[in-house]
Amino acid sequence: MTLVDYLSLDDAGEPRLVAHECTGCGARYFDRRNACAACFGQEFRPAEIAREGVLRTFTIVHFAAEGVAVPFVAGVVDYDGTPVRANVVNVPADPEHVTLGMKLRLTTVPVGTDKDGVDAVGYGFEPLDREDGR
Amino acid sequence: MTDSVWILGIHMTNFGKHRDKDTLDLGAEAALGALADAGVGMRDIGVMASGNLIGNPGSGQLLQKQIGQTGIPVFNVSNACATGATALRVAIMAIKAGETDMGLAVGVEKLSGAGLLTGSSAKQPGDTWEREGRFGAVADLDGRVGTETMPGVFAQIGMEYGHRYGGADFELFASIAEKNHAHSTLNPKAAYQKRFTLEQIMNDVMIAYPNTRSMCSANCDGAAAAVVVSEAKLRTLAPEQQRRAVKVSASVLTSDPWQEACQVLPDINTLTRQAAQKAYELAGIGPEDLDLVELHDCFATAELVHYDNLGLCEPGNAVDFFKSGATWRDGRLPVNVSGGLESKGHPVSATGIANIWEIATHLRGEAGDRQIEGARVGLAHVIGLGSACGVHILERAA
Repeated sequence: MTLVDYLSLDDAGEPRLVAHECTGCGARYFDRRNACAACFGQEFRPAEIAREGVLRTFTIVHFAAEGVAVPFVAGVVDYDGTPVRANVVNVPADPEHVTLGMKLRLTTVPVGTDKDGVDAVGYGFEPLDREDGR
Repeated sequence: MTDSVWILGIHMTNFGKHRDKDTLDLGAEAALGALADAGVGMRDIGVMASGNLIGNPGSGQLLQKQIGQTGIPVFNVSNACATGATALRVAIMAIKAGETDMGLAVGVEKLSGAGLLTGSSAKQPGDTWEREGRFGAVADLDGRVGTETMPGVFAQIGMEYGHRYGGADFELFASIAEKNHAHSTLNPKAAYQKRFTLEQIMNDVMIAYPNTRSMCSANCDGAAAAVVVSEAKLRTLAPEQQRRAVKVSASVLTSDPWQEACQVLPDINTLTRQAAQKAYELAGIGPEDLDLVELHDCFATAELVHYDNLGLCEPGNAVDFFKSGATWRDGRLPVNVSGGLESKGHPVSATGIANIWEIATHLRGEAGDRQIEGARVGLAHVIGLGSACGVHILERAA
């Protein structure tokens, strides 16, 4: 089970993000849309997002709603022109290790297991050049 | 121009903790204050617009029961942090449409102790995974897919500007808060009137890097109200009323035009740019003609990008513009001499009228110790995420 319906895992367990792409103008959306907010077209096709991108902006959240673990790094990654929102993971949550323009790749993050034993998997971005060389 | 609309009277309550006053007390204080300042009564008012996000629905009608029920139309408006500006705009539109010659706009909020505005607290995964909502999510996304906290969202907006143009680091953003807190020491109505050193600001509790606590707008209680009047009606009033009236040279409200990036992170830039451009066109002036600006510094990271969005500096040059000292009260173009939302406070629905009050008070030459001498033209800007942007340009009576 994936955290959101635009996240899927391929046979090797690698994550893929698939947007709804407007067939008229190519605008991409991760949430369900009734019509395209850019050109008002009503047809969409699936479009896979590149798996490597550049960190366009970030913040390190120290105070959040109850139940949200802090600190964590929230950001927007530019994947070949498509902005994607997610957490930056597998990196210390401090400005020495998270920098604007750093290269990141899509990875999976565990969310939890439900009472039927089904795991849910989310996604995040991790640095391309992880220090542990993974 | 006979079809101009003018501010005849305006009032802002003290911002801060009002333990002994409820939403209606504060709204009534602002409304009655604006009527008294205008030298008119509820019988003169032909339309009312009211903004309040946290209290009971129908705030305008509830308020009428405290200040006068005359049967006039009431518009209860809601536009996030731009709610007050929206109420004012509605009253102005009614006058422009010729429906009436005088209107009242009120914005009020009780926010003391509201804490972090995040939306809802995170829902934990249930017994079995079930997809919900437009993302088909099995659990809440706040904290799992980025952040929904306001300090975090606006931190990213400022950092994005830094990514694009460089030079915007933690210290720079903290310096903006340093300026606004310094300005607040001259504003007796500000919720906080304390000067902080740069070091104190940077070492304050980190909320969402790079925004520390003293770089965030202050939740507080407060209200503001304005009486607006048609030019034709104004010319029938007493010389003293005409002398103190402030001309609304532009009243603009915009929403987000589609942008790829605004689908994942709110884009507060494009709609502000469009609102500012339209306002300058309507007023027939440019940013170089402004004597002071009150802009929506809900976080220190936001103030920087709005220098650029409002055309106060060359495109991409906001960092150098700030570093030149231009936006300090003794600079070329003072910004947020009230102390801004970071120290004056941000009772959400009141903010969009309170910033008009600040500008109008300077244009009238009634700002006391913090008066910007000789101020003739000012701009007030607010933005509510979602988004709605209000820009008003005001001019002193000739």
